[in-house]
Amino acid sequence: MKTYLLRRLAQSLIVLLGISVVVFVILHLTGDPTLLLLPPDASAEEIAKFRRAMGFDDPLYLQYWRFLRGALRGDFGNSLRHDEPALALVWQRMPATLELTAVALGVALLLAIPAGIVSAVFRNTALDYVSTVLALVGQAMPTFWLGIMLILVFSVGLHLLPSSGRGGAANLVLPAVTLGLFTTARIMRLTRSGMLEVLGQDYVRTARAKGVGERRVVWKHALKNAGIPIVTIVGLELGTLLGGAVITETIFAWPGVGRLSVQAIYNRDYPLVQASVFVLASIFVLVNLVVDVLYTYLDPRIRIR
Amino acid sequence: METGAQTLRLPGTTDWWSGESWAWARRLARRRTALFGLVVITAVGAAALFAPVLAPFDPVEQDISQRLKPPGGTDERGRLHLLGTDHLGRDILSRSLFGARIALLVGFSAVAIAGTLGLVTGLLSGYFGGRVDDFFMRLADIQLAFPFILLAIAVIGVLGPSLRNIIVVVGVSGWVVYARIVRGEVLSLREREFVLAAVVLGSAHPRVILRHIVPNAFTPWLVIATLDMARVIVLESALSFLGLGVQPPTPTWGGMLADGRVYLSTAWWLATFPGLAILVTVLGINLLGDGLRDTFDPRLKV
Repeated sequence: MKTYLLRRLAQSLIVLLGISVVVFVILHLTGDPTLLLLPPDASAEEIAKFRRAMGFDDPLYLQYWRFLRGALRGDFGNSLRHDEPALALVWQRMPATLELTAVALGVALLLAIPAGIVSAVFRNTALDYVSTVLALVGQAMPTFWLGIMLILVFSVGLHLLPSSGRGGAANLVLPAVTLGLFTTARIMRLTRSGMLEVLGQDYVRTARAKGVGERRVVWKHALKNAGIPIVTIVGLELGTLLGGAVITETIFAWPGVGRLSVQAIYNRDYPLVQASVFVLASIFVLVNLVVDVLYTYLDPRIRIR
Repeated sequence: METGAQTLRLPGTTDWWSGESWAWARRLARRRTALFGLVVITAVGAAALFAPVLAPFDPVEQDISQRLKPPGGTDERGRLHLLGTDHLGRDILSRSLFGARIALLVGFSAVAIAGTLGLVTGLLSGYFGGRVDDFFMRLADIQLAFPFILLAIAVIGVLGPSLRNIIVVVGVSGWVVYARIVRGEVLSLREREFVLAAVVLGSAHPRVILRHIVPNAFTPWLVIATLDMARVIVLESALSFLGLGVQPPTPTWGGMLADGRVYLSTAWWLATFPGLAILVTVLGINLLGDGLRDTFDPRLKV
């Protein structure tokens, strides 16, 4: 158990290191970051001065080492646009993103698991077909289009819900549905197939044979085992959700990290881009580490690997 | 006995469709949803291929006097705008048809890149194992840690948006799924008798990989490639939507959506139709991909 945890931790550290390399490389993709960071009308003299001041003349490995040391201390440099530490800006926006992502995931689980179970129990009935079709459409629907269509119907058409900004619960409805639909569809299909597999197994038949009520068989005996793959996918879905948040926040003017990073890219504010990409990727790695550790408690077979 | 059975089939009467090698196609065709998906994709492909013939208008020709015409409206010469016009008076139907070209072009090219990279890394990882495997799998973890879209927009933001950059970025970032599946296949194939026999008989590594492993790892790869096409098309539209895709005036579905978003309260059709085009295309691809998976390899988890 301890070796497994240590190895898993070491893996995560390597991945975090890799993330720092990628984030560093992004800025150096064009060869000379000076031209990216300065306004296009900068004079040759300014360019040379800036390049020296930032150390862009140094060998790459030295620059990376400097970047890494800064990143470890939480120093990604100042945002070019806001003239504040880039990381501080990212942390300011983080609660909004976490709120949106958590609500979207919560709604997805609340809808998807019961729907998947009902679909499996009433297999090949009209109910099953309707939810399967909805799940297929949900998986094919691009986030940005769904968001726009929801605004069209519920904000522009019916005047029921606000189309932008963060505030009360009403503000959260449309962005959370937009962000959560794809995940809902995916978890629903996973629950359905997992339940179908488990419901056909001998121990379920045994439970039924000895007179356990159908409700108890489904919700207790079957769901417990069908639930294991769902736990794994929740960690992985977080990546989809954080990525989706970039689009969703842009559409709904939600003041989170996703929107911040898109604006940073438009403004060519690269320290801010680096800080937000680094933070979002690190969160994903840490959450998956936690999920994996929790998982070993749920399914002890994993530890043996 | 067996030869007797075979001679019953007279030369010239063999129907190519009933042949052994087409068994999978017949099985696939029996799945109605997969067939539906195939029909949808063929239709989208035809739309892309014959866009210049099918489109009633020039997709980039502006006519301000005809701007924001609702679907079914006609211009002064009585020509029909079936899906309406946009804020510059361009015909939405024609633009949607031409938009299919970019979507499929990026789709096929990026899948080709991602698929090739993933195939090679998966083969190396699974066949050689050990450090090679560790290296590629850690690389895969790093790749997966980045929200796809965020990495893509960051890189394209630096390199500048162009068709080539989009294809490369979307393609290169998509290798992991292929690598993992191919690796898994190779791991199990490596222990099979026919592969061991080939090794014992002295076949060199490249020969074993190319002749014995690749053909057997191909079907799962194909299933992933089909489903991945959907991801790529959505990603391309998302990039275009954010203004980081193929630049105007070239019609793209995502770009049309972004235009439409501005006129949402007055002209609903601008954003509705290109989005429907994406939805239908992606749905068709997913249905075909699911059908292929169920036909070839029902246990494949994708």
